[in-house]
Amino acid sequence: MRKIFDFHGGIHPPENKQQSLRSRIAKAGIPPELIIPLSQHIGAPSHPVVSVGDRVLKGQVIAQALGFVSVPKHAPSSGIITAIEDRLIAHPSGLVAPCIVIATDGRDEWLTHQGYPNYTSLEKPELIELIRHAGIAGMGGAGFPSAVKLSVRDDITIDTLIVNGTECEPYITADDILMRERADQIIEGAKILHYLIEPGETVIGVEDNKPEGIAALRAAAKGTGIEVASFPTKYPSGGEKQLIEILTGKQVPSGGLPSDVGVVCQNLGSTVAIYEAIALGRPLISRITTVTGDAVREPQNFEVLIGTPMRYLLAKAGYQAEKNNRLIMGGPMMGFTVPDLNVPVVKTTNCLLAPTALELPAPPPAQACIRCGMCAEVCPASLLPQQLFWFAQGKELEKLEQHNLFDCIECGACSYACPSNIPLVQYYRASKAEILHQREEHEKSEHSRARFESRQQRLEQEDAEKEAKRAARKQAAEERARAGGRQGDDDPIQAAIERAQAKKAALQSDTGKGNELQKLEQAVVTIQKRVDTAQAKLKQAQAEGSDLVDALIAGLEKTRVKLEKAEQALQIFRASQPAAPTDTATVDAAQTAIRKAMTARQAEAEMSPEQRAKTNLTKLEQRLQKSREKLEQSRQTDQEDSIIEALESTVERLTAKVEAARQAMNTATDS
Amino acid sequence: MALLRLTSPHAHGPMSTQRVMFCVLLATVPGVLVLTWFFGYGTLINIVFGAAVAVGCEALALTLRRRPLGFYLKDLSALVTAVLLCIALPPYAPWWLIAAGVASSILLAKHFYGGLGYNPFNPAMVGYVVLLISFPVQMTAWAPPRGLGPVPGFLDALQACFNPAGFDGITMATPLDVLKLNNSFLIEDLWSENPQFGRWGGVGWEWVNIAFLAGGAWLLYMRIFTWHAPVAMLVSLALLAAIFYDGGSSASGGSPLFHLLTGATMFGAFFIVTDPVTSAVSLRGRLIYGALIGALIYVIRVRGNYPDAVAFAVLIMNFAAPFIDYYTQPRTYGHSRKRGES
Repeated sequence: MRKIFDFHGGIHPPENKQQSLRSRIAKAGIPPELIIPLSQHIGAPSHPVVSVGDRVLKGQVIAQALGFVSVPKHAPSSGIITAIEDRLIAHPSGLVAPCIVIATDGRDEWLTHQGYPNYTSLEKPELIELIRHAGIAGMGGAGFPSAVKLSVRDDITIDTLIVNGTECEPYITADDILMRERADQIIEGAKILHYLIEPGETVIGVEDNKPEGIAALRAAAKGTGIEVASFPTKYPSGGEKQLIEILTGKQVPSGGLPSDVGVVCQNLGSTVAIYEAIALGRPLISRITTVTGDAVREPQNFEVLIGTPMRYLLAKAGYQAEKNNRLIMGGPMMGFTVPDLNVPVVKTTNCLLAPTALELPAPPPAQACIRCGMCAEVCPASLLPQQLFWFAQGKELEKLEQHNLFDCIECGACSYACPSNIPLVQYYRASKAEILHQREEHEKSEHSRARFESRQQRLEQEDAEKEAKRAARKQAAEERARAGGRQGDDDPIQAAIERAQAKKAALQSDTGKGNELQKLEQAVVTIQKRVDTAQAKLKQAQAEGSDLVDALIAGLEKTRVKLEKAEQALQIFRASQPAAPTDTATVDAAQTAIRKAMTARQAEAEMSPEQRAKTNLTKLEQRLQKSREKLEQSRQTDQEDSIIEALESTVERLTAKVEAARQAMNTATDS
Repeated sequence: MALLRLTSPHAHGPMSTQRVMFCVLLATVPGVLVLTWFFGYGTLINIVFGAAVAVGCEALALTLRRRPLGFYLKDLSALVTAVLLCIALPPYAPWWLIAAGVASSILLAKHFYGGLGYNPFNPAMVGYVVLLISFPVQMTAWAPPRGLGPVPGFLDALQACFNPAGFDGITMATPLDVLKLNNSFLIEDLWSENPQFGRWGGVGWEWVNIAFLAGGAWLLYMRIFTWHAPVAMLVSLALLAAIFYDGGSSASGGSPLFHLLTGATMFGAFFIVTDPVTSAVSLRGRLIYGALIGALIYVIRVRGNYPDAVAFAVLIMNFAAPFIDYYTQPRTYGHSRKRGES
């Protein structure tokens, strides 16, 4: 016999299990409509792979798993898909969620399927894939995908594999009846798990209030090396953490996983499902559900297709709606009330409890907490429930965390024991939600703060760079001015003279003419590049709806002006070239310049006649008009100063350009 | 019928606050009967009158605080406070003493702090200490137990309560008084010189204590409270008495058995120390809380100015309860032993 450990606290509520154990498992049959929610498990909902109107066969995949922590859904019977839409599902808050609806045809036609009775010939990852593909998620309540649980990392050794057949909740007998009637399947499933995980030992844990089930299991387990351990009945010994402590004496670290103490736990129902998936090739499309409570005439266990509306299942057990005060999915301790009878049975529906008002009366109003400590005595997590209650009332969230609120498993033992009828678990749930919400908010605000700071830093850096460039330009301009003896203005002839002088000086100092040309060409290319980048940026900004659009437009405008200037300069230079080669060194600089300018004009005039100069002017005037409008608009809408300044400078430059173009046109007309 | 929408758990245990209070009341019965046997009807009259005043005070306070009367009165907590205080009062106390004590308990110690569950100090003991300090003469006038003097009849008892001026009662020093005033006799001589000392404790008192012990044991059996605080208190009291027994010399503080079975020891251990509202919460905390009360009782009994000490010891430790709780948080499942680590 193995040593059985005790866990702190626990309660002994009336078991109420006998009434549903009087008959054998009954088949619930095929309802006219099956409603299969896409999310029946912890993790990502699955994705439908059928469309309305499709005919599906029993066992056919109708929704594919999305991601690692997810499982597929299968058609529980053959029929036609009539809808993929939101329906009410079994959820404490009465949610609607996407479901696939099948109108069954009653033929119950199977998809061809095939099992692997000789599963040891398969690689373990293949087996796990089979389990995942069969859509198996924990059938005890939480519905965690079994394949994920079984994918134990290589560096972790598992000492104990536990099959959880505790079923400590009152009323529920789904596991008990499985043990009595299908013990060999449980053992076969446990053998598959044992092969997969290779633990030191495999134990099936059962509370001692199921002597028949234990006897059946022990008989089936003979010679397999699988141990069937029974221990005293006490709620909530079926909680994963409590069961691990009972069977191994170890506690799962707070926030950790059972594998941290070398344990893997599987639900008994899931174990049978795994057997069916591997040995028979059947996906999880039905389960055992206890239908009980004083509001049903014949409480019993049903083998029911997933997706069966609860109304249909309840009717099979002789449901008396007028006597029923609330419908609970799960047991009286941790189950939740179902909002409507049309909600479908899902993979985690281990019990439908339809009590009368006499059986489970509505709770009386809460009285004052007298700090009797009965809640602390029964708490399986060794918390101080009434301290948590005081903190929850006072919204002292930090204190709640300090007192390990998040180690509460919401088993309900404290509320059950409280003599003042205080709904303690409700307080904890609300507080947990509040803390999680606060954490989320905090994270969000941290994130946006970091984003704001980095943006601020980037802007400052850009500003500094701009400032440095501006200063450099200014200095260069001043130096130029000093060197030239006077301020350069926009008169092209003057400019040409200056450039000619510069060129002459360059020539005199024996610098190649090609160099100058190269420089100018380089400048055009560079600026063209900048225009392209600016345009790309602008497009992106517009697409994102960024507030930088205006500033980018202004910047682009400036760069374009620069590009035009550079192109002009290049053209002028090129135009001056043919005239220059022979007598550059001998002719007077000013005259050369003048001539050069004249040639340039001529060249321009030849290339682009009067008409073209005019169009150029009109275009420029239009742009000027636009820029002015934009500036006006910006002023009216109180834009940032930097944007207005940029626009102002654009307008200024354009004005100058228009002026130049006019002159150019006049010159062109004159010539 | 619309389906109810409720959160789990849907089942509730059989325990209720009313039931807890009723059990406590029931458990005082043996003690009260033995008190009545040894000291006459005084205690019973105290209790009946005190209970009536308590219900009146509770109703008054609830009305002033605009709380539903029926809902709060039926939790029986006011009754428990009154009964516990009246058991502690000397029999044949005048009516005004009882009324003042009960009013202090219910109004001052309970409702001024926000009612049931919010009072930091044990209401019955607050009432007791208010009276002890204000009216020390009346509060130390204990009648002699049956066998050592005449026990007044029912009418005499009524007169003592409601017409105190016309009642000529006999009083006698309690065994604890005698021990306190002793400075020359060996314990053995003191025992033979004074009729107040019985087989183990004081005459009558030993049976009173045994009766309260029985009531307390029943409450433990009924799981109304845990054993931690009362047992810790009795053990620490007995331990200190054993250490300072000094072989029964004239400086001795009295034997462990004497301390356990004299005065309000058992009543205090099972009916006062166990008040959940004002005691420490965690089990380890209750051990410390109870043990320190036991130690304080011994120190005050032997070294202090008052012959008995339960009320003072309990009130002092009421102060310390939140502090004790802070340092005795139980280790949560899956956490390591050290605080602050997980």
